[in-house]
Amino acid sequence: MKSTLVIDGKPTNRLRLWLSGLGLVGAGLLWLSCFLIGPLLALSLLAFASRGDYGDIIWQFNLENVWRMVGFGTFGWVPDNLLIIGRSVVLATITTSLCLALGFPLAFWIADRDRRWRVLLIAIVMVPACVNLVIRTYAWQLILGNHAPPAVFAQWAGFIPADAALYPGQAAVYLGMISAMLPFAVLPLYTSVERLDWSVVEAARDLYGGPWRTFRHGILAQVTPGLIAATILTLIPSLGMFVVSDLLGGAKYMLVGNLIQQQFGAAADWPFGAMLGLGLVVASLVSLLILLRWGSREGRI
Amino acid sequence: MNAVQPLDLAVVGIAKSFGAVQVLHDITVTIPDGQFVTLLGPSGCGKTTLLRIIAGFETPDHGTVTLGGQNLLPLPAHKRPVNTVFQSYALFPHLRVKDNVAFGLRSRRLPEAEVHRKVSDILEVVRIGQLADRYPQELSGGQRQRVALARALVNEPEVLLLDEPMSALDARLRHEVQVELKRIQRQYNTTFVLVTHDQDEAIAVSDRILIMNQGRIEQDGTAEEVYERPVSRFVAEFMGSANIIPAKRLADHRVATAFGELAVATIPAWTSGTVAIRPEDIEVRHVAGPNHLPGIISDRLFRGDHWDLIVEITAGSGTSTIAAVSAPTLRVSTEPDQVNRVGEAVFLELPNDDLLVLRD
Repeated sequence: MKSTLVIDGKPTNRLRLWLSGLGLVGAGLLWLSCFLIGPLLALSLLAFASRGDYGDIIWQFNLENVWRMVGFGTFGWVPDNLLIIGRSVVLATITTSLCLALGFPLAFWIADRDRRWRVLLIAIVMVPACVNLVIRTYAWQLILGNHAPPAVFAQWAGFIPADAALYPGQAAVYLGMISAMLPFAVLPLYTSVERLDWSVVEAARDLYGGPWRTFRHGILAQVTPGLIAATILTLIPSLGMFVVSDLLGGAKYMLVGNLIQQQFGAAADWPFGAMLGLGLVVASLVSLLILLRWGSREGRI
Repeated sequence: MNAVQPLDLAVVGIAKSFGAVQVLHDITVTIPDGQFVTLLGPSGCGKTTLLRIIAGFETPDHGTVTLGGQNLLPLPAHKRPVNTVFQSYALFPHLRVKDNVAFGLRSRRLPEAEVHRKVSDILEVVRIGQLADRYPQELSGGQRQRVALARALVNEPEVLLLDEPMSALDARLRHEVQVELKRIQRQYNTTFVLVTHDQDEAIAVSDRILIMNQGRIEQDGTAEEVYERPVSRFVAEFMGSANIIPAKRLADHRVATAFGELAVATIPAWTSGTVAIRPEDIEVRHVAGPNHLPGIISDRLFRGDHWDLIVEITAGSGTSTIAAVSAPTLRVSTEPDQVNRVGEAVFLELPNDDLLVLRD
């Protein structure tokens, strides 16, 4: 028996099959290689290299940067890096939670409007995202400045001393973070709320479901994919974001983003910067995997 | 629940408007315990709204709904002893079949052992026991429909509401489910209220049909009654293909039509109105009978179980006092073994007790 392959009535062989397969996935593969796999490989290589005395890169691979990342240095273990990472995670998590908490009702409210209004409202939510983040953050400085109405009101009400501004501070940072990330939470939430099958909600009520049970199985289970997308789209960018904290928090606290920027700038320690970047990528991937696993269990839509 | 005394469902003076549109006008009907009732009508007739009011998803503007004397209206949907099979099935996409079916039982916090027993019992009743561990999107339309039915029935509701449950099924499957539905209704002896726009479906399953039109009940009767003795032009046209004939009253049992004079069994309440006759009630003969119209067969269609004939009525039978309708033809259906030619001259016999006097 001859080992020839016949596909669609035409004889072929393994090489041809491989080539045609490569032709089909080739474009995507090339794109991925150039813009994702390549840079990621470069980053990984760099992360395990060492810094020369004058900030040059020495291509000797070791795990030193991993130890430095978790705090072991020349002077023994210091918690600084872990504190910085922890602070970033806390900021990103709280930002994401607030964005979801605000975005969920907003998405429902928009989805409940007339078709005409919905388009307009979604545009209003999305338009600020088109403006550069730094410019938007400076705009917040102006709004929260000591002669602008919000601060004048707060001074009058006695919340802050006379002639003080509403920034820098924690509240200003979260305000800036939410205004930066909210559009990315609202859009996927809105998409899933809009195509919500309300008869499933009615079914939950019909089957004796109380308010929580109806919400949990009628609404939440249906919008889980949107909730996951919203979480990913807010959590991951806010993990690396430091502009808002710098401009509205008074540059008092360092975040992972600051630390990375410092390595590539002032500290001239590219390998350590790459390791921190890699750490951020890994942390993002882990949280992504957790979310997706939850999603595949919950969001069977 | 309280199965000792009969739990009749009484709808009294229900009215409902959405904005300026009144969708239900003063609906009053009593459905005895254990009856299979169908609300039949075209889309927009208010049948689904009435069902949703009974289920608790809509609040009527006026009127009451009672079950065995207890007023249902103050109860929210999740506290009524009523369950619904939704048009789109509305299964929980994230729950397996068995958990979908168990939903109502778990809402009411039944012991898990009892939940399991009831769920597996009901899955056997609707014959999908082997699908218990599947997710809804892994099922066919017919299987989903069975899950939706099981999910409602497992709660042993006093009334089961079915909102066009078969509209998404193909014709063959629909017929199968109709038989099944009737069997289950007999087995459980529960009141079923079915909403449909499909008259064949209504005739196949119902003990009683309520024909609805523009927010009112047009006719209330058994399948035979509404089919054989429609009271209005709307019912006659909706229930199959009746010949509708404008007529004027000449004497108590005699009307004049564009085709000629005809005898009717009942006395018309009008001086000018309509009469109707089903195509299968008209007999095709070659000799004149007591209530005949002469005609020529202008077209014929073989339908498998019968012939559809179009018969052009030739003028001359009596003096017509009604202006001729645009096409003076009648539709007649005959047995498949009775073969008539196109162009054949025949006498159509319209038995006077099948010639129905409509009220409008």
